[in-house]
Amino acid sequence: MLKPALRERLLTVLTLFLAFLMFFPILWMVLTSFKTEQIAFAFPPKFFFTPTLENWQIALVGTDYLRFLGNTLIITGLATLTALILGIPAAYAMAFYPTKRTDSSMMWVMSTRMLPPAGVIVPLYVIFQSLKLLDTHLGMIIIYTAMNVPLVIWMVRSFMLDIPFEIIEAARMDGVTLWQEVRTMILPLIVPGLAATALLCFIFTWNEFFFAFSLTTKGAAPLSVYISSFKTAEGLFWAKMSAAATATIFPVLVAGWVAQRQLVTGLTMGAVK
Amino acid sequence: MTTITQPSHQSLPAARPKRNERERRKFLSAPTLLFMILVTQVPFVLTLYYSFQNWNLLRPGNINWIGFRNYLRAFENPDFLAILWNTLVLSLSVVIITFVLGMLFALLLNRPFVGRGLARTLLISPFLVMPVVTAVLWKNVLLNPTIGLVSFFLSLFGLPPIDWLAHYAMPAIIATVSWQWTPFVMLILLAGLQSLPESTLEAASLDGANGLNLFRFIILPHLTTFIEIALLMEVLFILNIFGEIFVMTTGGPGIATTNLPFEIYKEAFLRWNISRAAAFGVLAVIMANIVVLLFLRVLRRQSGPALES
Repeated sequence: MLKPALRERLLTVLTLFLAFLMFFPILWMVLTSFKTEQIAFAFPPKFFFTPTLENWQIALVGTDYLRFLGNTLIITGLATLTALILGIPAAYAMAFYPTKRTDSSMMWVMSTRMLPPAGVIVPLYVIFQSLKLLDTHLGMIIIYTAMNVPLVIWMVRSFMLDIPFEIIEAARMDGVTLWQEVRTMILPLIVPGLAATALLCFIFTWNEFFFAFSLTTKGAAPLSVYISSFKTAEGLFWAKMSAAATATIFPVLVAGWVAQRQLVTGLTMGAVK
Repeated sequence: MTTITQPSHQSLPAARPKRNERERRKFLSAPTLLFMILVTQVPFVLTLYYSFQNWNLLRPGNINWIGFRNYLRAFENPDFLAILWNTLVLSLSVVIITFVLGMLFALLLNRPFVGRGLARTLLISPFLVMPVVTAVLWKNVLLNPTIGLVSFFLSLFGLPPIDWLAHYAMPAIIATVSWQWTPFVMLILLAGLQSLPESTLEAASLDGANGLNLFRFIILPHLTTFIEIALLMEVLFILNIFGEIFVMTTGGPGIATTNLPFEIYKEAFLRWNISRAAAFGVLAVIMANIVVLLFLRVLRRQSGPALES
């Protein structure tokens, strides 16, 4: 038997080592983005080198990267915003004015989140084609809003239910209107929850590929579609590819690190807090 | 806490807004639900509708009703059965691997130590990486036979390089997807571990339970619901895996790594056989719904404070 203190220390070292190992592919990609193409292509791989920003410049400015980034920002931003605008009133009604059907509505809402994209892609394509929504920002915003609304309803409702009801009760006695109640009392109390919800919507939308790939071509294609075009990179421009990929995952990594605590709640639609 | 059984706020009569105002507020959810019906249910009903026809965009002509023929033909086709098998193998392998690794990481993180926040942050990162980036990264940087990192590590042990995507395509996909999804399982199990009262563990160790017994008789039973939630939700997402396959193998070699979503994509956008793609889509929805039903049963059964951490 090892002494407890030594055992604890070994477990700590093991944990940190495994964490580093899991993170290593990401770290390696980030390092590669600062290499020259020759060094990126070297075998055996070089762990120490003089960093260069050349590839970042070429990958971000010398290509269409910024246009794809623009599409991603427009689609992700507006889809998150619209999902909040649609989801918050529904969450409010379901939290404070439940009916017999509320429970089954909640279940149904959750089931729409779990509908396989491949199960609806064919008619969506046909509908989008006839409504001229293919390869448009609007079309993608509609799809992603629908993808995010269930998350918003489930999360925001659970945050609203955490508000001590006495506060709202007191205000209602004073006869506040719906708008006053929501704007001056409820929303300020759930701001941290709203922020976490928005971050999760942002993460899911930013990373989505299947709908983006099926329903856009060039004009409205987001970064995920652009990155997938590196599938036949063949080592010729790894450093540039790594720069573009690093730039693409960076906002989501930061968002995820910031929202770590709420990640579980959001991923399980509030089933685990 | 599961939200389903979380009590809704009940208002005292004095605090209630006027009756018609209350009725009005109940309907605040109506526009949202209408939007969701339009965007999710209408396409699904259309999927069902197309699946009973023979609509192929490459063969202009009459579109006829052909009943269940799309479905029957699919199940007579050995390739399609192989694709269903691939879908199953991918999901089950990933679930088993991520469960073992996720449990290990969760147990390791569930003790105080210097650098715990850092370890946790590093461990969740693979889940945040855009799946398409993950695929590009694994395909080109890690698994490339001539200059990939894996070949380099093999060479350190004097082993020859392996062309993973040519010879072991499915294991390569499974490894990639497992890397991505281990953090998901880890996070949920960690939330479960942290909801286990310290006193329970202390009492058990005072009674002389060793580590293994503690895990088997105290920790594992407590985690059951968390495990069910984590794995069922994971399966729902893994059934939809598309980007990783598209980027890494394009479903190949042959159809060795083609799963149901990828086959639907090929049927719809490469062969333009709208009706057959729709029939496969219906099958995908049925498969997902079986998992959703299991999931909802878990949520309904295990309600109340058990899941609060």
